[in-house]
Amino acid sequence: MNNLLWLVPVLPFAGFLILALAGKHISRVWVAIIGAGSVSLSAILVLIIGISFLSHPPATGYYSQTLWTWMQVADFNPNITLFLDALSLVFIFVITFIGALIHIYSAGFMASDKDYSRFFACMNLFVFSMLLLVLADNLLLLYLGWEGVGLCSYLLIGFWYENPVNGYAARKAFIITRIGDTAMAIGLFVIFYQFGTLAIPDILTKAPVLWQQGASIATITALLLLAGGVGKSAQLPLQTWLPDAMAGPSPVSALIHAATMVTAGVYLIARMHIIFQLSPIAQMIVAVIGAATLFIAGFSALTQYDIKRVLAYSTISQIGYMFLALGVGAWAAAIFHFMIHAFFKALLFLAAGAVIEALHHEHNMFKMGGLKNKLPVIFWTFLIGSASLAALPLISAGFYSKDQILWYAWASEGGNPLLWFIALLGAFITAIYTTRMMVLVFWGEAKTEIGHHPGKLMTVPLIVLAFFSLFAGFIELPHNFGHFTLFSDLLHQVLPETVLKAGMNNELQFQLLALLSTFGGIYVAYVFYYKQPQRIEKLKQSRFVMNLYLFWFSGWGFDKLYNTLIVRPIVFIANVNKNDVVDKLYQGVTFVTVSLYQSLSFTQSGSLRWYIMGLVIGAIIILSMQIML
Amino acid sequence: MKSSTEIVMLLAGLLFVLGVAGVIIRKNIIFMLLSVEVMLNASGLAFVAAGSRWAQPDGQVMFIFILAMAAAEVSIGLALILQIYHQHKSLDIDKLKEMKG
Repeated sequence: MNNLLWLVPVLPFAGFLILALAGKHISRVWVAIIGAGSVSLSAILVLIIGISFLSHPPATGYYSQTLWTWMQVADFNPNITLFLDALSLVFIFVITFIGALIHIYSAGFMASDKDYSRFFACMNLFVFSMLLLVLADNLLLLYLGWEGVGLCSYLLIGFWYENPVNGYAARKAFIITRIGDTAMAIGLFVIFYQFGTLAIPDILTKAPVLWQQGASIATITALLLLAGGVGKSAQLPLQTWLPDAMAGPSPVSALIHAATMVTAGVYLIARMHIIFQLSPIAQMIVAVIGAATLFIAGFSALTQYDIKRVLAYSTISQIGYMFLALGVGAWAAAIFHFMIHAFFKALLFLAAGAVIEALHHEHNMFKMGGLKNKLPVIFWTFLIGSASLAALPLISAGFYSKDQILWYAWASEGGNPLLWFIALLGAFITAIYTTRMMVLVFWGEAKTEIGHHPGKLMTVPLIVLAFFSLFAGFIELPHNFGHFTLFSDLLHQVLPETVLKAGMNNELQFQLLALLSTFGGIYVAYVFYYKQPQRIEKLKQSRFVMNLYLFWFSGWGFDKLYNTLIVRPIVFIANVNKNDVVDKLYQGVTFVTVSLYQSLSFTQSGSLRWYIMGLVIGAIIILSMQIML
Repeated sequence: MKSSTEIVMLLAGLLFVLGVAGVIIRKNIIFMLLSVEVMLNASGLAFVAAGSRWAQPDGQVMFIFILAMAAAEVSIGLALILQIYHQHKSLDIDKLKEMKG
């Protein structure tokens, strides 16, 4: 069955082509069937391929399918080759499966939108690009998918383009990720220069042979690739585009945050893990970026009032956890958290979209409330998603993945207590803002009347995702609790096992601390937002707290910083250059010519007498010069 | 006592300067034409004198050329002057200038 692999990306692409070329002539029902059906079909295909891959694992550990040679220039000949191993299997499963659920949900969510076919065309292209990215056998093909993802994010964030704000958000996302992409392209040049190939398996076998452990070229390459990952995955310092990317429709946010786009950076680092292992410094930087990002984004999420922005910051924060795990060498834990995060974040975004639509496009959480009994399905699914996000112990999937990362942040060879502490603090804050969101939206008194209830198309994907948010964690249980390692066993075919420091066997204490931080966070939010809301008001009277609140609310002032440091100087230079500075040089040439001509033009008087005088004087001068010299 | 050649050359130079002065000073175009003829003949005289000094025929050959050219010049010049008079009813060179510089 593995040779059907090429159909997995081709189906969404075919869906895109049909919808883009003939979308206007197809009825809305068929648009939905083609759009959602193509991705669903490839999800089913992935399931079949996955089962055959797992039951009959290929001897080499991977399966690759060469479709054709892309181009051939001297010894540079990248193929269009699909490459399937355990890592890409996990990714294509998440992309197609969650992508399909999001597409089905969108069929209901976007039902009244006039650009129905454009929406599905872009979504299909998005899924196709992401599949290409994770299935690519060489970095050039990966880069094609990488750029395709960037393009689709632009198209979908600015989907409601009539509002200039959305267009601005789309451009911001596109340009900021482009900064990372440029660094990554340079990284690819370095890799090609060093190895003479861009094929990923070749690079991974050649790198440890050609480069020594800790070589500076390895660090440079790793950092350039990391910059690409940081841009796409919205990590520090390129994280500012993600909160604004909420301008798109909710399913788009779900797709960007859960299945595609932001996880591309995680995939890239996991895929190129050998290069990162060669450079301990680069790996340390990955961990530090992850820790700093999860910390900063957590505090920002705490202050937002727009429900989607809370979720956006929580995504940044959760991907920070993944980067932290990658940085400390807990490769499988990062991918595990990626998968669990994809389930619950897709769920949360879709449920938030349903809430927003039910409340007449109200984004402000403080104007929601009391939805617990009015929208029971949404409430229960949202609760499950929130529990997973807050890592509620034992019953939620998020607990198993996040606990693993917390443990490795200290116990693995690359880990240290500071990273662990920040991660623990992040978990505490996550619990606070998640509970805050739950309380504000579902408890309390109703502030906005609900319009209409979400239909079956929207609720069924939510229930499926809620199921996975609860139970997907059980495929990987901690060492001291069941010790069931189905997921990491699979991934260890590709990714190295995490090396623990000597003498680390007190995992239970760490789990208890993680448990404590979750419950502590929930309790704090419960007190401040449910039990005694007047305490918040009291806190807000303090100037310091208010300033801190505004600082966090603006995302730690990063937008302002970039505005002053980069945007304003460039705008200033552009304004100066509006009249074309370089052109001044050529204008100077013409000016000299014109003024010379004007100063001499009085001699053209038309008076014959003066002309003859001139002739005579000239003759006299020439003659006298000849006599004298 | 200077040689006769030098005296003739001085005379030619004097005549040339007279001609130049005439062209510059005169207002009437016909007189300017006359002055140009004087200059031509001054240079012709210089050629003849130089030819006799070196006992070569070249100087006289040049003078024949100058005579032929002067004849052509006068015929064209007079024709132009007639045209100018028809158009402007004046032969004053200062009134004829149209360029303002």
